[in-house]
Amino acid sequence: MAFLEISNIKKSFGKTEVLKGIDFTMEKGEVLVIIGSSGSGKTTLLRCINFLETPDSGSITVNGENLFKAGEPYSDREKREKRLHFGMVFQQFNLFPQYTVLKNITLAPELREFKDKKLSRAEKKALSLQIEKNARLLLETVGLSEKAASYPCELSGGQQQRVAIARALALRPDILCFDEPTSALDPELTGEVLRVIRGLKSSDRTMIVVTHEMNFARGVADKVIYMADGVIEEFGTPDEVFGKPKSDKTKAFLSSAKD
Amino acid sequence: MSFTDIMKSLSDGFSVTLMIFGITLAASLPLGLVFTFGSMSKILPLRWLTKFVVWVVRGTPLMLQIILIFYGPGLLNWDLKFSRLNAVLIAFIINYSCYFSEIYRAGLESIPKGQYEAGQVLGMTKPQIFFRVVLMQVVKRIVPPMGNEIITLVKDTSLARVIAVTELVKAAEDIISHYANIKVYIYIAVFYLAFTALVTWLLHLAEKKLSYYSV
Repeated sequence: MAFLEISNIKKSFGKTEVLKGIDFTMEKGEVLVIIGSSGSGKTTLLRCINFLETPDSGSITVNGENLFKAGEPYSDREKREKRLHFGMVFQQFNLFPQYTVLKNITLAPELREFKDKKLSRAEKKALSLQIEKNARLLLETVGLSEKAASYPCELSGGQQQRVAIARALALRPDILCFDEPTSALDPELTGEVLRVIRGLKSSDRTMIVVTHEMNFARGVADKVIYMADGVIEEFGTPDEVFGKPKSDKTKAFLSSAKD
Repeated sequence: MSFTDIMKSLSDGFSVTLMIFGITLAASLPLGLVFTFGSMSKILPLRWLTKFVVWVVRGTPLMLQIILIFYGPGLLNWDLKFSRLNAVLIAFIINYSCYFSEIYRAGLESIPKGQYEAGQVLGMTKPQIFFRVVLMQVVKRIVPPMGNEIITLVKDTSLARVIAVTELVKAAEDIISHYANIKVYIYIAVFYLAFTALVTWLLHLAEKKLSYYSV
């Protein structure tokens, strides 16, 4: 059984069918890169996986546990628990501007750990310290230890995105998703973010990356999906998809992406 | 009437002005948020009702509202009577809650969807997202328009005079009608100016305190 199983995900907005039945599986430790032109449904697929959109049909299973089955009613609480299997890094970073970098990372774990639990002051303190220690480690991973006390507005876009990655990692998701993580960045800032993602690959993280960076995709991916018009047009290893694409649509997309 | 006596009468009036100002502000700031939630509610009848109330309150003069709340129940033979001051307070609180609620709504709607989504994917509950993520950003954005309203409130308190509540303007008029001392109008202008200066300064401090980050 595969680590992540996505089957028959469909999603329409009004009369527009954005996803027309998406199936794929991936294994633990793999990096899946999703490419495709704007409007092909890549972002919607990622948002469905993260429960930001509710698919009209289909199911999502992680590690044998069924997380989503269309038609079943999920309470807010259930959705909250299930979506924690996934982490999400947004195109626009979406850091919380009023908090320091460190607080951005510790806020969610603290809220989670302290909720519904009767903790003594000392236990809270110990837990806080542990969460903070972990956050500092993550900041080190993304190379921003010295920015712990800064506010997001004091950072460059690339630095903000690296903080967003650390923030997503703090909740220890099974699968980390990136929605065009470099699309909102100036070209000279994309490198630092892509380097961090490559670094995470070497530490065996399971990741799904939606991107327009073709060279990066080819370098980092174990599997590549090319999406067009709401379906998976091509699926395979980077060499298969980039090297010898089967479909004409993929060929056309790849040759236009080169320019 | 000596200057000291005038100042004493005016101070009595000013204390009523301050009380109307303080109580209205303390009650409208939270009540406005209730109106905001009403006007943004997914329950349609509640949303329509709130929008209707806001329309009526913003669409009629505050002076008229004060008069209606004070005289209305009696004229309709209702078994309900407010003291003058209470009638003023009720009118002011409802009126300012409606104005505040629209400022809050504008503030809430200006927060990017991504902030809510970031909270969601981090497993936060709706109240956590509202109180820990969104609220402070809203507060920062609405300080300038709220400042406008609050300064208007300082001067609107003079409308209480219409049902003979002795606030600052009424106190001045009482003196002027007895002693024909027009200078008293200048004195109360100074009262208002001093008070709005203080409010402006406090608002400036609030803005400065929130300037450590940008949204």
